Amino acid sequence: MRITCPHCGERDLREFTYRGVALALDRPAPDAGAAAWDDYVHLRDNPAGMTRDLWYHSGGCGAWLVVTRDTISHDVISSELASTARRATK
Amino acid sequence: MRVDGKGLIDRDIPVEFSFDGQKYAGFQGDTVASALLANGVRLMGRSFKYHRPRGVLSAGSEEPNALITVGRGAAQTPNVRATVQEIYGGLSVRSQNSWPSLQRDVLAVNDLMSPFFSAGFYYKTFMWPRSFWEKLYEPVIRRAAGLGALSGEHDTASYDKAYGFCDLLIIGAGPAGLMAALSAGRAGADVLLVDENALPGGRLLGEDETVAGVSGPVWAAQVVAELGEMPNVRIMTRTTVTGAYDQGTYGALERSGLHMADGAGVPVETFWRIVAKRALLCAGALERPIAFANNDRPGIMTAGAVRTYLNRWGVAPGRNVSVFCNNDDAHRTARDMQAAGVNICALIDSRADANVQGDFPTFTGASVTDTKGRLGLSDICVSSQGKTQWIKADCLAISGGWNPSLHLTCHTGARPIWNDTIAAFVPVPGAVPGLDVAGAAAGVFSTKGALKSGAYRAKLMLDDLGIKAKPNPTPKSDDTPYGLTPLWAVPGKGRAWLDFQNDVTVKDVELAARENYASVEHMKRYTTQGMATDQGKSSNVGALAVLADATGRSISQTGTTTFRPPYSPVSIGAMGAGALGKGFAPERFTTSHMATLEDGAPMIEAGLWYRPSFFPKQGEKTWRQSCDREINMVRSAVGVCDVSTLGKIDIQGKDAAKLLDFVYTNMFSSLKIGRVRYGLMLREDGFVMDDGTCARLGDTHFVMTTTTAAAGEVMKHLEFATQCLHPDWDVQMNSATEHWAQFAVAGPKARDLVNAVLDTPIDNETFPFMACGLVGVSGVAGRLFRISFSGEHAYEIAVPARYGDSLFRLLCAQAGALGGGPYGMEALNVLRIEKGFITHAEIDGRVTAFDIGMGRMVSAKKDCIGKTMAARPGLVGDGREQLVGLRPVGTVKQLSAGAFLFEKGASASRENAQGHTTSVGFSPTLGHFIGLGFLKNGRARHGERIRMVDHLRDLDVICEVGDPVVYDPTGGRTRG
Repeated sequence: MRITCPHCGERDLREFTYRGVALALDRPAPDAGAAAWDDYVHLRDNPAGMTRDLWYHSGGCGAWLVVTRDTISHDVISSELASTARRATK
Repeated sequence: MRVDGKGLIDRDIPVEFSFDGQKYAGFQGDTVASALLANGVRLMGRSFKYHRPRGVLSAGSEEPNALITVGRGAAQTPNVRATVQEIYGGLSVRSQNSWPSLQRDVLAVNDLMSPFFSAGFYYKTFMWPRSFWEKLYEPVIRRAAGLGALSGEHDTASYDKAYGFCDLLIIGAGPAGLMAALSAGRAGADVLLVDENALPGGRLLGEDETVAGVSGPVWAAQVVAELGEMPNVRIMTRTTVTGAYDQGTYGALERSGLHMADGAGVPVETFWRIVAKRALLCAGALERPIAFANNDRPGIMTAGAVRTYLNRWGVAPGRNVSVFCNNDDAHRTARDMQAAGVNICALIDSRADANVQGDFPTFTGASVTDTKGRLGLSDICVSSQGKTQWIKADCLAISGGWNPSLHLTCHTGARPIWNDTIAAFVPVPGAVPGLDVAGAAAGVFSTKGALKSGAYRAKLMLDDLGIKAKPNPTPKSDDTPYGLTPLWAVPGKGRAWLDFQNDVTVKDVELAARENYASVEHMKRYTTQGMATDQGKSSNVGALAVLADATGRSISQTGTTTFRPPYSPVSIGAMGAGALGKGFAPERFTTSHMATLEDGAPMIEAGLWYRPSFFPKQGEKTWRQSCDREINMVRSAVGVCDVSTLGKIDIQGKDAAKLLDFVYTNMFSSLKIGRVRYGLMLREDGFVMDDGTCARLGDTHFVMTTTTAAAGEVMKHLEFATQCLHPDWDVQMNSATEHWAQFAVAGPKARDLVNAVLDTPIDNETFPFMACGLVGVSGVAGRLFRISFSGEHAYEIAVPARYGDSLFRLLCAQAGALGGGPYGMEALNVLRIEKGFITHAEIDGRVTAFDIGMGRMVSAKKDCIGKTMAARPGLVGDGREQLVGLRPVGTVKQLSAGAFLFEKGASASRENAQGHTTSVGFSPTLGHFIGLGFLKNGRARHGERIRMVDHLRDLDVICEVGDPVVYDPTGGRTRG
């Protein structure tokens, strides 16, 4: 698998570290309640199809990326900086 | 038998090699198979199950029969295909799976017992009694069955790995691949042309035909010469593309040095990872045999292989050659052999309407129904219009048609589709994104068709890449149509072989169908069809045609098994190239590494780092003697220890303090410039992630220290907290672990030692406990931190890494004058256990701040990562196992880490466990063992006696529970 880092260009999977779905960007407020925190920390879908994941370019520039990919076809659709994606959610 | 005037071998360079100890002569360019055939050797191996005598079937990497072992001892490689291994002077190869010799093999008795060894034999026969399987059945079967054997020694050969990138990867350099490379090369694309043979040309090398007015091999050589002139084209021979993976990634195995006696620095094999924007599969096609009784004798070969041995290697595989086929293509074999002066004793075509040209006995609408010859073919039985006759033949060329080599198109999950016209599977378009197929691999079987298809498909890919290509006219070439009528198995008695390597017959497949293993995947596993090292390249389609017939379905309804990488075997040595021994992981050395080794210190691994265990002095016989001395030295004088391996993260920016407040449980924005604070970091789920100190060097400048183990993890965590959660904060960070060499100086005389190397001396007023600042160290700009991991008055002194070696030597020399010296990890560990300081032995990912007695370090005034989840019920309270100190008080005076804790009266079994020990050591300061551990409600149980049981080390110890801090609990020494 190959991922395009917005800083470094297209790179091999082995330069990246996986961290799960990009849900991790939306950290609840401290008082959001047990259910919201349970969702945030523990509950994950296991989609057959499109998924938005967080990847860390550990063997490269150190950027966190949001990568959109298809778990069935293994297509990597797009990638953007997590900081950009996070700002967009605000 | 060698034929004059034919072949692409260099007859000026004779080569001598040995097979089963016997010397043979060949020529430069021969394979083991071609050279043995030239010497009249037909018997090359014994089959897997029945030990049947077998000869070469093919002329390529698909070979199922002629497997040999190359070399001896550590350099021994089994299951090498004789059709692939090139000969060189001194090459020594052996046959496999026979004893005492290839000609007289004792286990050939298995063949007589074949009625008992049908498909599913093991499942049916060796079920009872159950206990016999492991002790009797399996060892006996394992000895009897099998292919080559490993040497059992470490492989000492050198392997390599490499990476390739290109616009267009062309897999196969036959007519289609060469034409594609020519088009793409002339258009200026970055082309990688890869072929598994030693010589590019593919089928052109095995045929006697002309392309653009010259012979096929000459045309191929001309194209290769033109490509060789192009700087944008690279040609790799002896390289097999073994797998297709996601996003244009391909694996390939280059047999870099296997064709040479002495590699002279060239690795034997190189494993390539190739990333291609586009790829074109031009892998050609593989000929399939026809199943009939006793179709496996040495001398029976595919028709294409027979004329390849003639045209490419100048070898006639027999003196009386017969041909049995269901298609026109195989008639070329009779034509070429006769033209070379070889006697054609019969051509048998199963089609009644076959149009056969040639001056030799011809049988149409006929078939071969049996053969004779114990160690090699002597006679064939021809059945024609109800009559049978035996004909003398030492070679039978068989052809049941051709299968496109479409394996790579199926590697990411696609299935091929059946094409009735050529009676073969063809690749489904778009099977692998970015991969297209041309030539025979796409089912285009004529030379002209392949040339045209290669150029056309290459142009489509270049268009895709935005590279303009001029049209490339197709050279004048053979365009004979390919006519065939399917024939898979000739009906009749006797065993008709499908999978030669795994000894699967037509009857086995029919039996599988009868016993309802009717799906192709079930049949495969029941019969082992296609499961040998050749993966059924020449037999799979035939077997599933037989299965289709037996189950009354069409072949397309029956489907095919899944092709998975690798296309042909890849040695583990090549895949793991460079990762043996020290190559397995990188080594990280501190700047004091050389000085430490000079002192004779044994090193231990800490992650990738190497750190000294202890520094042995003359007269010390055990590590404990050195360790005890070093502890006493630190407690009474001064010790020096390299702590550079701890993670150092430089954090700067207006919001740096904000970030620290967010990732640490305690407050950092209130930290004064020139001061250090201990900090605890949680994961978002509330468990402890790491701990360390953080120094404030300026208003917007901090230096964080992490544990050695978690340096990378913490860096990632900080980047996550800023980039993913607070991208608007003005804060930047960089790992500075390797930029600074940092040494702990600990002991009552620490300040004396530090002052001996500082440009300006410090005192307790200006540099109290937890102070930090910039200092001059013998003229070098350094940093000083007054922190302690030993409980002593201590400092950590840092200089840029390039001064590390000299500072370490200087500190050790000056320490010596004060009655001190360096200390290692063993002493460091005991010193910190005495003080109850934690490491990742304690914070193992399952403990909370509450568990380690730091609950109050979670600030109530602010949010931090992990705070909310750490307050969950179950993560605090009496039921938690809490950090305690332990010391032995019974007759057994030893403790061990990883042991379990039990109530004194309870049995030492899992369900009664009250906790466990994490770190232990002998404290020379206190004169007994001490330990840290976690005990249920431990903080309320100080003074209680508890049982420590280590089932592995057979220890049963009565301990007293106490405070984790057993040395200088008020911290007076640290502040002194």
